[in-house]
Amino acid sequence: MGLMIDLSRALRPYPVRAPASGISRRRSLWERLHLDPWLLGMLLVLMAAGLVVLYSASGQRLEAVIAQGIRFGVAFAVMFFLAQLTPATLLRWALPVYVLGVLLLVAVELVGDVGMGAQRWLVIPGVIRFQPSELMKLAVPLMVAAYLSRQELPPRLRDIAVCLVLIAVPVVLIAKQPDLGTSLLVTSAAVFVVLLAGLSWRFITALAVIAAAALPLLWANLHNYQRQRVLTFLDPNSDPLGSGWNIIQSTTAIGSGGVFGKGWLQGTQSQLEFLPERHTDFIVAVLGEEFGLVGIIAILLLYLLIISRGLWLAVGAQDTFGRLVAGSIILTFFIYVFVNVGMVSGILPVVGVPLPLVSYGGTSSVTLMAGFGILMAIHAHRRLLPR
Amino acid sequence: MRKNRDNLKSPEHELRIFRVRALLAVVLVFALTGLLMGRLAYLQVVQHDVYSTRSEKNRVRVEPLPPTRGLIYDRNGALLAENRPTYNLTLVRERVEDLDATLALLVDLLELPDEEAAAFRVRSRQRQRPFQPALLMSDLDEDQIARVSVNRHLLPGVEVEAQLLRYYPDAEVMTHALGYVGRINAEEMATLDTGRYAGTHFIGKTGVERFYEEELHGQAGLRKVETNARGRVLRELGRTDPVPGQHLTLTLDKQMQKLAYELMDGRRGSIVAIQPQTGEILAMVSAPGFDSNQFVTGIDVASYRGLQEDLDLPLYNRAIRGHYPPGSTIKPFLALAGLAEGVITPDRTINDPGFYQLPNDSRRYRNWLRWGHGRVDMERSIAVSNNTYYYSLAHDLGIDRIHDNMSAFGFGQRVGHDVFGESTALMPSRDWKRGRFNQPWYPGETLSVGIGQGYWQVTPLQLATATAVLANRGEWVKPRLASHIGDAPLPERVPETPPDIMIPNDTWWDRIFSGMEKVMTGSEGTARRTGVGLEYRMGGKSGTAQVFSLGQDQKYNAEELAERLRDHALFMAFAPLEDPQIAVSVIVENAGGGSTHAAHLARAMTDTWLFRDREPDVEELREAMEDDDGRVAGN
Repeated sequence: MGLMIDLSRALRPYPVRAPASGISRRRSLWERLHLDPWLLGMLLVLMAAGLVVLYSASGQRLEAVIAQGIRFGVAFAVMFFLAQLTPATLLRWALPVYVLGVLLLVAVELVGDVGMGAQRWLVIPGVIRFQPSELMKLAVPLMVAAYLSRQELPPRLRDIAVCLVLIAVPVVLIAKQPDLGTSLLVTSAAVFVVLLAGLSWRFITALAVIAAAALPLLWANLHNYQRQRVLTFLDPNSDPLGSGWNIIQSTTAIGSGGVFGKGWLQGTQSQLEFLPERHTDFIVAVLGEEFGLVGIIAILLLYLLIISRGLWLAVGAQDTFGRLVAGSIILTFFIYVFVNVGMVSGILPVVGVPLPLVSYGGTSSVTLMAGFGILMAIHAHRRLLPR
Repeated sequence: MRKNRDNLKSPEHELRIFRVRALLAVVLVFALTGLLMGRLAYLQVVQHDVYSTRSEKNRVRVEPLPPTRGLIYDRNGALLAENRPTYNLTLVRERVEDLDATLALLVDLLELPDEEAAAFRVRSRQRQRPFQPALLMSDLDEDQIARVSVNRHLLPGVEVEAQLLRYYPDAEVMTHALGYVGRINAEEMATLDTGRYAGTHFIGKTGVERFYEEELHGQAGLRKVETNARGRVLRELGRTDPVPGQHLTLTLDKQMQKLAYELMDGRRGSIVAIQPQTGEILAMVSAPGFDSNQFVTGIDVASYRGLQEDLDLPLYNRAIRGHYPPGSTIKPFLALAGLAEGVITPDRTINDPGFYQLPNDSRRYRNWLRWGHGRVDMERSIAVSNNTYYYSLAHDLGIDRIHDNMSAFGFGQRVGHDVFGESTALMPSRDWKRGRFNQPWYPGETLSVGIGQGYWQVTPLQLATATAVLANRGEWVKPRLASHIGDAPLPERVPETPPDIMIPNDTWWDRIFSGMEKVMTGSEGTARRTGVGLEYRMGGKSGTAQVFSLGQDQKYNAEELAERLRDHALFMAFAPLEDPQIAVSVIVENAGGGSTHAAHLARAMTDTWLFRDREPDVEELREAMEDDDGRVAGN
């Protein structure tokens, strides 16, 4: 219990329960490593499949695959490290990390680096290039879960108001960068916490109505390119050579793949550069073109298995904080998949959300694996805690 | 108690809520994943064919391979129309980072006026799809190519492309016979076989280039290529080679053509020379000509207006479209008509008091020689070009018979076999006048027609053709320009010719020829000066055409005006008399002062053709003509 240090009187003490009957049984290797072998195994399969697709999508550049492999290595290290933390530590660090994240977002707003028309990066020259908004994908749900776990659930109006503020501050800062994809992911991660905490259906309905009413306001505040994306989504052929190009080419790639695909490295849409951003956000189009419906469904099923396992772990968590965080992490993971595949296949507007652990890119992989690390920490430490 | 309960957390209750919510989430996750799978199945199974086709279209581009246009040679194998590589400046907009800067740099490099940048900008938009090169400028010279090439690193997206372009080595001399090609316009595009013309930018607009367009053009080939999204060709998937156009060998003789053009010596007019037995056109000149090469690349507005407004009408093909009163050149034909209709015999004479009067009419129709030629028979009527004889003959024939007999020689009709854009000119008749003016035919008008004036108009090609038929003793040949397509000779004679001309007594042809020979060499012959020193027997007939109207231009100064009011000089001839090898018609506009001018040109043509190995001496001829122009010669 020496690990449990009350940092703040504002936060209520972590509820301590009576020890479970008897001493814990002999711990397996996985338990000692604090990893879930099932989840880990499926993630490895996903990453391996991702690298195969990436080799094709990157124009058969082995360097890209190696670079991605290295990132996966880093991501695993992060996951492993986080898996060793106890939920109590996470709970204690929730507030400071959240505050730090918000401060960094403000810093980005003031001195951030502009990349791809958006101000997302914080650069310490020669040291690191870093997106604070990525940190917020975990910090915000952790903060909201930490807050709610100390309240009586289901949350009451006051709690919801607090949560809304906790969510709104970083999301507004991220949306201002502008980064629609990340703000969407941060919002959904935090909202999942609130929903899982038992937000009453009346509130959910009310929020839905407010959200619908706020749509015009949101529209008015969108950047031109964001509006263009939405308009293009509604009718890609309105601008076939401009912003509609991506969607036309990605649906063409997927559709032309058919049931069994054109074969690995044989996708003409992908290999002949018709498909833009084919190794990042649109990589699923390469998968669909070269491996067909069978390939995409296999990957989607793998995602479903991962999500199911994740939810299973969440339900088995020791306490409310753990459950909320774990549930939010795994459902956000699903949001990645749904939004990405939805946009590439043309049923959702184009927002910058990668296909988790398949799209080329370091930051999102690290964040995602960090999330899985937390998930495993919550799962693995339940028996270490006294019941 | 209640407060206590408020502060008390209930782990079991929270777990229950969580379980319900998690279950809902699982349901939602599966439902949404099902939605995604449905969408993907829709794209990949239901719509598979649509997207397959689209992806195939993306990848595979069919590029036309335009055929090389056939070359055109003269009868001796001299090149008249060739294809020369030219260099065009093109720009792919997608590859240009800063369009303004690029265009400004180009204008600077090529030392063009600044306005050109705006024109370049307009042209850079003229293409059908992204990544297609737009044509900025054609026909770059070597210096310009070098400048662009050296600065290529500063000009991404700018290319110098080679293209074969039609070139006419002696454009000014040849153009009215050859015609020229120009860019395919929207109207032509609508009627063309697009498969055959895929990738072809030029089409024959006039002349031989137009008439033999089909043979010269060939058949476009295709090449299927795989391209990437930037339109770069990655590999060739299949290919059908184009069928190049066939070479065309003409009957024209470049030397004759050049000589004829030189003989015109800056005057307006036309010379047409025909091989009578075959109808081969040896020369067909309309002067002045123009540089048709300008029309190939696209002529600028100022130059085109200059050509259009030129008072000498260089764009006007006088040889086949010029309408001239034939004047006395048609007297041999009328005499033949008189013989054929039995109105005259070769030996019957009339007495010429210097004029002719219609019965019951006091008006005198004058001979050109005021005091008359006295007794005149058929041969003499031709030699001295007596008018009275033909007034009488025309009156006796009547306009109907004149019309029919002259039509048999091709007057008032298109006579050429492969001549594009020929005019019928006009052989007047009673019906024509009724239709045109709604007036009856007056007998006096018949007399005008009898001396080749009045409504009668001929083209130089018609006159030369009629002369050839005459030289053939009535046997018809249609004049033609092409002798071989590829290596295959065309039939020596054109099968569909008008009926041959018959007269009751074949020896009468010799009588006509004799009259025409006397024109050249007789003591009274109107072209006797030209006939001096003839080394072969030649028949000819002079003519003068009165200029009725001057055109539109009043701005011209009096001197120029007077020049343009002078009569046209005409001459028709053939040689040698016993075995005609060349029939020629010459029209020199406003040469005035008698027909001898035209006669000299006609002889220069026959001399040159019959003594092909000799070098024609144009200078000597010119002196002789100047000498003659000073005198007032007969009609």
